[in-house]
Amino acid sequence: MTRPVTLPATLDEAVAALTAMPAAVPVAGGTDLMAAVNAGQLRPAALVGLGRISEIRGWEYRDGHGILGAGLTHARMGRPDFAALFPALAAAARAAGPPQTRNAGTLGGNVVTGAPTGDTLPVLAALEATLIVAGPGGARRETPVGQLLSGREMLRPGEVVGYLRVPLLHAPQTFLKATGRTGPGRAVASAAVVLDPARRGVRCAIGAVAPMPLRPLEAEQWAASLIDWSAVRVRGAVALAPEALSAFGEYVAMSCIPDPAPDPDTGRPPAHPPAVLHLRRTVAALARRALGRALA
Amino acid sequence: MTSGDAATATPHGGAPPPPPPAERTHGLGASVPPADALAKAQGTFPYAADLWAEGLLWAAVLRAPHPHARIVAVDTEQAAAMPGVRAVVTHADVPGDANHGRGVADRPAFARDVVRHYGEAIAAVAADHPDTARLAVAAIAVEYEVLEPLTDPEQAFEAEPIHPDGNVLRHLPLRYGDAEATGEVVVEGLYRIGRQDPAPIGTEAGLAVPRPDGGVELYTASTDPHTDRDRAAACFGLPPEQVKVVVTGVPGAMADREDLSSQIPLGLLALRTGRPVKLTAGREDSFLGHGHRHPTLLRYRHHADAAGKLVKVEAQILMDGGAYADGSHEALAAAVAFAAGPYVVPHAVVDGWVVRTNNPPAAHVRGEGAFQVCAAHEGQMDKLAATLGLDPAELRARNVMATGDLLPTGQAVTCPAPVAELLDAVREAPLPPLPKDSPEEEWLLPGGPEGAGEPGAVRRGVGHALGMVHLLGAEGADEVSTATVKVDGPVATVLCAAVETGQGFATLARQIVQEVLGVEEVHVAPVDTDQPPAGPGARGRHTWVSAGAVERAAKMVRTQLLQPLAATFGMSTELLTITDGKITSYDGVLSTTVAEALDGKELWATAQCRPHPTEPLDDTGQGDAFVGLAFAAVRAVVDVDVELGSVRVVELAVAQDVGRVLNPAQCRARIEAGLTQGLGAALTEHLRVARGVVRHPDLTGYPLPTALDVPDLRVVRLVEERDVVAPFGAKSVSAVPLVVAPAAIASAVRAATGRPVNRLPIRPAAVVPE
Repeated sequence: MTRPVTLPATLDEAVAALTAMPAAVPVAGGTDLMAAVNAGQLRPAALVGLGRISEIRGWEYRDGHGILGAGLTHARMGRPDFAALFPALAAAARAAGPPQTRNAGTLGGNVVTGAPTGDTLPVLAALEATLIVAGPGGARRETPVGQLLSGREMLRPGEVVGYLRVPLLHAPQTFLKATGRTGPGRAVASAAVVLDPARRGVRCAIGAVAPMPLRPLEAEQWAASLIDWSAVRVRGAVALAPEALSAFGEYVAMSCIPDPAPDPDTGRPPAHPPAVLHLRRTVAALARRALGRALA
Repeated sequence: MTSGDAATATPHGGAPPPPPPAERTHGLGASVPPADALAKAQGTFPYAADLWAEGLLWAAVLRAPHPHARIVAVDTEQAAAMPGVRAVVTHADVPGDANHGRGVADRPAFARDVVRHYGEAIAAVAADHPDTARLAVAAIAVEYEVLEPLTDPEQAFEAEPIHPDGNVLRHLPLRYGDAEATGEVVVEGLYRIGRQDPAPIGTEAGLAVPRPDGGVELYTASTDPHTDRDRAAACFGLPPEQVKVVVTGVPGAMADREDLSSQIPLGLLALRTGRPVKLTAGREDSFLGHGHRHPTLLRYRHHADAAGKLVKVEAQILMDGGAYADGSHEALAAAVAFAAGPYVVPHAVVDGWVVRTNNPPAAHVRGEGAFQVCAAHEGQMDKLAATLGLDPAELRARNVMATGDLLPTGQAVTCPAPVAELLDAVREAPLPPLPKDSPEEEWLLPGGPEGAGEPGAVRRGVGHALGMVHLLGAEGADEVSTATVKVDGPVATVLCAAVETGQGFATLARQIVQEVLGVEEVHVAPVDTDQPPAGPGARGRHTWVSAGAVERAAKMVRTQLLQPLAATFGMSTELLTITDGKITSYDGVLSTTVAEALDGKELWATAQCRPHPTEPLDDTGQGDAFVGLAFAAVRAVVDVDVELGSVRVVELAVAQDVGRVLNPAQCRARIEAGLTQGLGAALTEHLRVARGVVRHPDLTGYPLPTALDVPDLRVVRLVEERDVVAPFGAKSVSAVPLVVAPAAIASAVRAATGRPVNRLPIRPAAVVPE
């Protein structure tokens, strides 16, 4: 049972191949897709391999932003030169799976697969990254990553994610992840915190606890109001009191895992099961540690 | 000094290094490497999944999507009509016995009218291509009437029977001493043990080849080929002689391997199509097809006097056997007999039950029974120590058993039981250093190198545990094994149906023959059922009985070889020695070679080994049920992130009762493997089931320990007190560390967090203070 496989050399060729064969599925690293194929869960009629498109395997600067190729592997993103510019993204890439997975799995694949446990997703959400999507006829359109992850917008027929536009913030960023074992594992919960001194903002996203990364906007604003932004580039100058960090963690956890709606009879919310309460405590600890390390 | 010497001189002051001590390279006590080690490391070793036959077909098995359902109708017409499909078989195509089973024949070859567990085999297909076979399986239309599954073992007593034989597989009460005795201090505990899976790295695979005489040959990684042959033959309606099981390399086994739910379909399809049929299970098929460890609920009450001496142990043990009996009877016997652990207990009241549920079937997994109770009795000892204000290790030291003490089954411990010595060895071993003494970037915190661990939230804990397992089959099992040794010129060959499962039997057999016959080159022949039976590779059986049979056969060959020489020189054969292929007499008068003495002849001898018999436990749990026992002490050091609940084991130190070390490298490897499996069972390994449905049957949903999870494993002491009734005095080494390690890790987490930790695997939520 052979399937036609096309290996385009440019983004536009890939778009053309997908337009010509609407049933074809694009594949980059294949760490999710091919596992599903091997397990018999997916039987794509044809494949369009994106691995030979060299234009999307690197990154460049443009207008204070990094334009990251969708074909960047996790292994490449984990290296020090990348980490110096996008520290949280690099930390997420290093924490993702075993080396074999990091060598093959790509940034674009992480976004398009959109698995709740995708490690780069909360970082992209916190960075408010924008997708640059290639479409038929050489068209390029931009859309916030959250639109795709939340399912508010889908890729249209023939479209391929080409690049991600990520702001260069020149300020501390952290990514932390809780897993079930010491070796590589899927996230139980993850937290990304980025500081944006230019806009005097703290941005936080929590991964793996919901189908898409969650942004606790009120907690972000509250934390931003506590920080002395004039000193933020001096290491350790804006460290917050432990109580404030704990309160931030609780705030984030309560907004990501809120209490259920109150019982109409008693007026009190019913209690979450112990596993959910533990997840909430995990989120609180991760958010607290992530902000604390960003400000340390 | 010549120039040649100068070239090899060491830089240290000119003196050549002292010659290394003459290390033995063969025979008993030497670290003889396995003959197939290189092939396995290089990936050239052929496992069952690598087999090929001309014109072979591919099989796939249809598995039930419900844990409990009535089968209204099975329509295979559409599947059979698909191009490329050669045969479809269901229960209606089983020509022989409809049911099979180990001990109790209660499991249908294919589900007939009722599905009793998720993933039970319903039908199988043979097709030209594996994808075709899979598509054909999906095209089989089965109409189910879904029934309410029985998934809580506590409900099994009252619930409607899910099997004609009833829901209680076995009830074993044990009454020892005075049931009314009480102690000054009483502690109670409730413990839950999860569902560990053998999760072999190589999934189940097999090739069935039809024979011209109407029989069939099964090429598979069976660990008990004769039993598998008999069960399969009964289902095929063939005499056992017409079914031959040929054992291929075993890619990982911690239990009975190659469940018959794949062997029977393979054989039936080969007989039906007249063509070779191959099946290679995917990971999901593997998780659903084979048996798991019995999930167990344990309720304990320990009585002790004010000095910490145990007075009485009360226990109720409820094991979830899944839908079919399998190895449940023996698992329960071990759990009940070892409920109090390796301690002297004057009075005991234990009740054990193993019941049927619609959960995935449980089977024999290494350390069965002893594993579940060890975590519980050690939890109780910690609780007792806390109540008495004693050091937990000290409390254990006051209660350990020794040779001559009685088990609660009334059986006297006649084998070496150096429990006190083992405990002392792990207590005295130096503790690993704290990370604060090394640079921060070298710290490995709970959660891993890229994890979220924070030094301020990490607590260190140290815990001790003691445990025991029985060796060989219990309660009257006939543990016989037969082996043949052949010598032809400078080469000896061992023929024995004991399967090399990774436990090292093939290497041990070579060492024994090297030792007895002084022949360096020894081959171990591949195993098939044309050889006399050697039994299952479980509970240290082959190290004991099969190795004993090999030794006897080798000694018989030795006598045949030396008798003529001894007669010629007028001395007894005992005065002759064989080393490195040379025969010499004690006085040096005679010196010849094995090849010369053989003079072109081949010498053969076959021998059996059968340990002393055991008896079933009676209706008060009394009886001499076990042939031998092995003990271990483990000290665990853990770091716990008390906010996230992540646990990292920093070190496991083990002291073990091994009888005699026959192969130091292999012995160490087996102990490390056991500790690693124990670590998995303590922290991550639990096959999750929701209302009888297996969740995430893959290695992401069932995380095994990785190199980062497994810490320094320190063997601090191997106590070599020979067990006089065992050949060579050796005890099997793999199972005890697996049994004891989880209890030690739980104890260490208790010490680090102050939380009760009464469940395995340890859940992060149970570690974080509320």
